[in-house]
Amino acid sequence: MKEIERAGIAVVHVCTITPISMTVGANRIVPAIAIPYPLGDPKKDAGAEVTLRREIMDKALSALATPVSEQTIFE
Amino acid sequence: MIKIVHYINQFYAGVGGEEKADIGPHMQEGAMGPGAALKAAFGGDAEITHTIYCGDSYYAENTEKASAEILEMIQKVKPDVFIAGPAFNAGRYGLACGSISKIVQEKLEIPVVTGMYQENPGAEMYKDSIYIIATKDSAAGMRDAAPKLAKLALKLAKGEKIGASIEEGYMPGKARVNFFEEKRGSRRAVEMLLAKISGKPFVTEFPMPDFDRVAPAAAIDVKTARFAIVTSGGIVPKGNPDRIESSSASKYGEYAYADVNADPSTVYETAHGGYDPVYANQNGYRVLPYDTLLNYEKEGKIGSIHGKYYTTVGNGTAVKDSAKFGQEIAEKLLADGVNAVILTST
Repeated sequence: MKEIERAGIAVVHVCTITPISMTVGANRIVPAIAIPYPLGDPKKDAGAEVTLRREIMDKALSALATPVSEQTIFE
Repeated sequence: MIKIVHYINQFYAGVGGEEKADIGPHMQEGAMGPGAALKAAFGGDAEITHTIYCGDSYYAENTEKASAEILEMIQKVKPDVFIAGPAFNAGRYGLACGSISKIVQEKLEIPVVTGMYQENPGAEMYKDSIYIIATKDSAAGMRDAAPKLAKLALKLAKGEKIGASIEEGYMPGKARVNFFEEKRGSRRAVEMLLAKISGKPFVTEFPMPDFDRVAPAAAIDVKTARFAIVTSGGIVPKGNPDRIESSSASKYGEYAYADVNADPSTVYETAHGGYDPVYANQNGYRVLPYDTLLNYEKEGKIGSIHGKYYTTVGNGTAVKDSAKFGQEIAEKLLADGVNAVILTST
């Protein structure tokens, strides 16, 4: 992640345990649902799960479009 | 007799692997799993009266609730010392060991000690607050770790003076202790310099802190940006053609996306051994959100998508290997004009 950003590419880290993401140095962080299914939820039906994934991805896109000067969690 | 409560995860308790990682905390009398090695190291000076075990995902995903439940259990037993782990290089377990130890120390004022590998993210997060014995990266290091954990735990219980980190084996940060070196400073400095000049190994007495931080990249215009997905969640084409390892991965994969109309359970699977694979195997898009990204492209919400995704298993993988993978992936992405990356982790 850091190597990709070091190359000048904007990276958003979508993950569940955001404290680890902060510790390792991600700059744009979007919290996810759960460790085994960060961008889904098997308890939901297929349609609702796709909607949920889109909501998280919408946040990821807006994180990438937002200038940041320090590590930021986009709740 | 010194009373000890020992915290371990569901795996070391013998309850189960990743499929049991979401169980809440339980307490049982006596030593379990790695507690046996600690018990041997105590040599009768202390007793593990109770073991608390908890699923790693449960703790990581419900930290506040889990720690409150565990505190309540510990309060009933009133131990002299609390020991957690060791967690070696298991990330969620290291986080749990560090977090619960710090909370026990602060809220119950009971001395605590835990252990883990230096690259475990829990080490960086908690080494300034609690005693963390530096261990090897796998459970094979238990034989080295047990006597150090036991010795420090006994000293804490008896209220004895704790030596410097280099003497006790804990990670520097928690305590500063003065001690007398046998050789004076000028002599040590000259010896270090001579060793350096002649290419021999030497150990600095004042390591510089390693703040490996990268400045945030500039914001992008998503409408024109070229996107790629990278994941440490181990999503690979069905059959794992390059045999990416389930832990301590030595490589990453570069793959074309499967047809989005195919049933994901027939085209993807996860190679990751550090989380319950059931949900990712059913539907890889839960980790690799290509379906959503493709819709964005069709709708004109984003510019375009790089044709391949990059994947590895972020489970006990060494930092230097991960950095090498990242550098190689970055070169490939730059060559294709990618300027935005969605990186997912489990």
